[in-house]
Amino acid sequence: MSENVKTNGKPSNIKLNEIGLSKNDYRGQPTTLCAGCGHNSIANQIIAAAYELDIVPEDVIKLSGIGCSSKSPAYFLSRSFGFNSLHGRMPSVATGASFGDRRLKTIAVSGDGDTTNIGMGQFKHIIRRNVPMVYIIENNGVYGLTKGQFSATAERGLTLKYQGANPYMPVDVVEEAMASRATFVARSFAGDASQVKALIKAALSHNGLAVLDIISPCVTFNNGDDARHSYGWGREHNEPLHDFSFVPREEEIQVQDFTEGETRTVTLHDGGQIVLRKIEKDYDPTDRVSALRIMEQAYTDEVMLTGLIYIEPERPSLHDVYKLPLELPLNRMTEKELRPSKASIKEVNAAMF
Amino acid sequence: MAATKTKETTKQETTERIVNDFSMTIGTMNGSGSQTSNLTLLRALFKMGIPVSGKNLFPSNIQGLPTWYTIRVSKDGYLARRNTHEIVVAMNVDTFVEDLQKVVPGGAFYYGDHLKFDIDRDDIAIYSFPAKQFAKESGAPAALRDYVANMAYVGVLATMLGIEMDKIKQALDFHFKGKEKPIKLNMDVIEAAAAWAAENLESQDPYRVERMDETKEYIMADGNTAAALGAIYGGVQFASWYPITPASSLAESLTAQIGPLRDDPESDEKTYAIIQAEDELAAIGMAIGAGWSGLRAMTSTSGPGISLMTEFAGLAYYAEIPVVIWDVQRVGPSTGLPTRTSQGDILSTHFLGHGDTQNVMLIPGSAQECFEFGWKAFDIAERLQTPVFVMSDLDLGMNQWMSKPFEFPDVPMDRGKILWEEDMKDLKERWGRYRDVDGDGIPYRTAPGNKNPQSAWFARGTGHNEFAKYSEDSDMWEENMQRLSRKYESAHSLMPAPVLEQGKNAEIGIISFGSTDVAILEARDLLEQDGQGTDYLRLRAVPFTKEVKKFIEDHEVSYVVEMNRDGQMYKLLQLEYPELTAKLKSLTKHDGLPLNARWVSSAIIESEAK
Repeated sequence: MSENVKTNGKPSNIKLNEIGLSKNDYRGQPTTLCAGCGHNSIANQIIAAAYELDIVPEDVIKLSGIGCSSKSPAYFLSRSFGFNSLHGRMPSVATGASFGDRRLKTIAVSGDGDTTNIGMGQFKHIIRRNVPMVYIIENNGVYGLTKGQFSATAERGLTLKYQGANPYMPVDVVEEAMASRATFVARSFAGDASQVKALIKAALSHNGLAVLDIISPCVTFNNGDDARHSYGWGREHNEPLHDFSFVPREEEIQVQDFTEGETRTVTLHDGGQIVLRKIEKDYDPTDRVSALRIMEQAYTDEVMLTGLIYIEPERPSLHDVYKLPLELPLNRMTEKELRPSKASIKEVNAAMF
Repeated sequence: MAATKTKETTKQETTERIVNDFSMTIGTMNGSGSQTSNLTLLRALFKMGIPVSGKNLFPSNIQGLPTWYTIRVSKDGYLARRNTHEIVVAMNVDTFVEDLQKVVPGGAFYYGDHLKFDIDRDDIAIYSFPAKQFAKESGAPAALRDYVANMAYVGVLATMLGIEMDKIKQALDFHFKGKEKPIKLNMDVIEAAAAWAAENLESQDPYRVERMDETKEYIMADGNTAAALGAIYGGVQFASWYPITPASSLAESLTAQIGPLRDDPESDEKTYAIIQAEDELAAIGMAIGAGWSGLRAMTSTSGPGISLMTEFAGLAYYAEIPVVIWDVQRVGPSTGLPTRTSQGDILSTHFLGHGDTQNVMLIPGSAQECFEFGWKAFDIAERLQTPVFVMSDLDLGMNQWMSKPFEFPDVPMDRGKILWEEDMKDLKERWGRYRDVDGDGIPYRTAPGNKNPQSAWFARGTGHNEFAKYSEDSDMWEENMQRLSRKYESAHSLMPAPVLEQGKNAEIGIISFGSTDVAILEARDLLEQDGQGTDYLRLRAVPFTKEVKKFIEDHEVSYVVEMNRDGQMYKLLQLEYPELTAKLKSLTKHDGLPLNARWVSSAIIESEAK
């Protein structure tokens, strides 16, 4: 066993969770992303969420595509199996990977280029299939790893150093997810640590595909104050749906606990502050029509709506549809379960002509 | 128009009969239900104990374009397609003229009398029959009449050739899975047509069939069904695929067959999943994800799909993830001839992926081998932790073949070097995903769900060290690539050995592979009749095993016979054995048709005469 677990019984001031692990047991390699990158704070919230939910790191698989965002699975949960796959193709790899042992949690990280440019097809199809996993899009509207080109989520008219002005309409990840009838759709802002963590926790407990669009400003290539994926813009325009309260799945996900008119000040990791406004009491995230309406309204008002926008907890996941075993995972099956009997070959031959 | 020769007009008796030795081609319109009629004929002949093969020459279309079905009946057991047609049945107005010209002199031409054409040949026997009448009189519902109309030629041929009616019944019974209604509907038409022929036609040609006892030890199967069944016995757990001719029926057959063989009657839970993906990229992506997670995973496709899978193939090769990929080859490049057969993906598949890659390929030459490689491919993929490509083709995959029965795997499943918690407990040193502990280039792997805290690793297509950690270190990159090369060396010992057939006074060798086998076997007999003995080596895998080198060394010249333009296997052999290049000669045919023996023997004779 790892040294970390041996802290059990030792006099120590390290705080342990219910399964005896410290936060260190959930950390990853040191980040190699730019200082101040929003992706790092998201990785930190994944660590915090897994620690607080007492998830065994070995019970998680983490996947990504290619790009800055897709590097980040290296920066959390070192004790989890990981797969850094191909550009835009993480959804297919994650789909197959999730079949090995259905008891494991799947956390996938992608970026806006990885998901909405090269990977739009796979993104839409994994939503159709409702693969049980957390699908985080670290969204900054720009290609970082290739040094500053537009992604499909960049707003029209945005200018970049070597690209000039973007002539195309942006793709909205949340609207795409809604159109494909995702069973869990949320948006947050990387700087809003507590909301990010709460949404990750909720996503981890969702039995289906949880799309989490997290605006994660690129400090290097797309951080003009006018860019929608910048800190400056995010701070000005962030309009959270509500203080999101995570309720473990056993108790059935409900969004309650939001009182009209309350405000809360959140300090971002770069020292800035935003004011979150709780939305009206009667917003019901299980109501698809409301979700579509508030998205449309937010577009018109040029505000960034954050929070849990839509959830449909009851739809069977892909694993349910395929009747995967609950006790013995597929990847622990042996010849005994997998090879038909010797006697059966006779019948097979007889059934041929 | 020539009159139908009936009992009233002709009394001439044919003297010399030719029994169980001819090719028969039936020209119909696709979508007309003729496939049922053709398969019924094929199966009835097979049940009569006569060696028989059927080739469907069909268009890339759903309805209305010409399609031909060729049945070869051969008392000597030759199953290759021939270019000559002794009997032609014309049911398609669009190809009538062309079909009439196909018949060899002395052959027989049958046609439905609804086709009004002038017959300009007097060197063949001509028979017309009222094809539409039997369906009309059968009482079949109007909507089904066109489909059963084609049964008319089954009945006519039954009488004229001597096909036994109870065998036809057996064939229909199989086709309709014992469903009484369709069986009766079709049988009524066949019987009516047979009776009409007995009453109104008199044979003017020598071609007949007679019962033999040569098929008892065979089954009839297509390669795709065989492959699917083999995969099931190989314990397939995950199959993702995208529709493409000629590979679709492999996945469809898997879907149809796996339940009864693998489901536990006591439980609702499954041991497998089959997913139709949104494209070939997703198909192989899912399979690779599943392979990484410890499942026996596969996908099945054809050339265009293989092209799309290129980047993923490189990932699986470099990240060392077991996965099985069936390539049921068709004619390329590009969309090419989607419904014609080819062996044109050999080179591209072997090197599929950018950078340095070398992929393992298994090459089945019969339906039985499709079954065998169906399960074996998983053992090899997991043992080597690499993608394994199984190179079938349209002819093998989609046509019905006489085949030896499928054999239950003769070895237990080989899951390769995979470590679970128990295996890791006593490890003396730190486990590293890409460490070459045994010196064979094959590292040990673990799969998600393993609870040992040492077991997790990070799969990636980027440079990595022995512990799967990201690395851009130049030496480490080279070392790892060299190890992959060593692993490929280790692959040699796992490959199915080639099949060697030795001939009398053989001076020359023939090297071939896959579905050409039947044509080569026949060509060797033709060559021997011409005084040219041959030895024959049928390749069954790349990398080549030591027998291949020896075979080339032992022969003055070896002809590499294959169905592509550029001699792709010939080139692979040259690459592998540069010192033996002078001993190899390339013979290629790439017309999209199954290889015929006469072409092979003529090409060799011509070359030898030079």
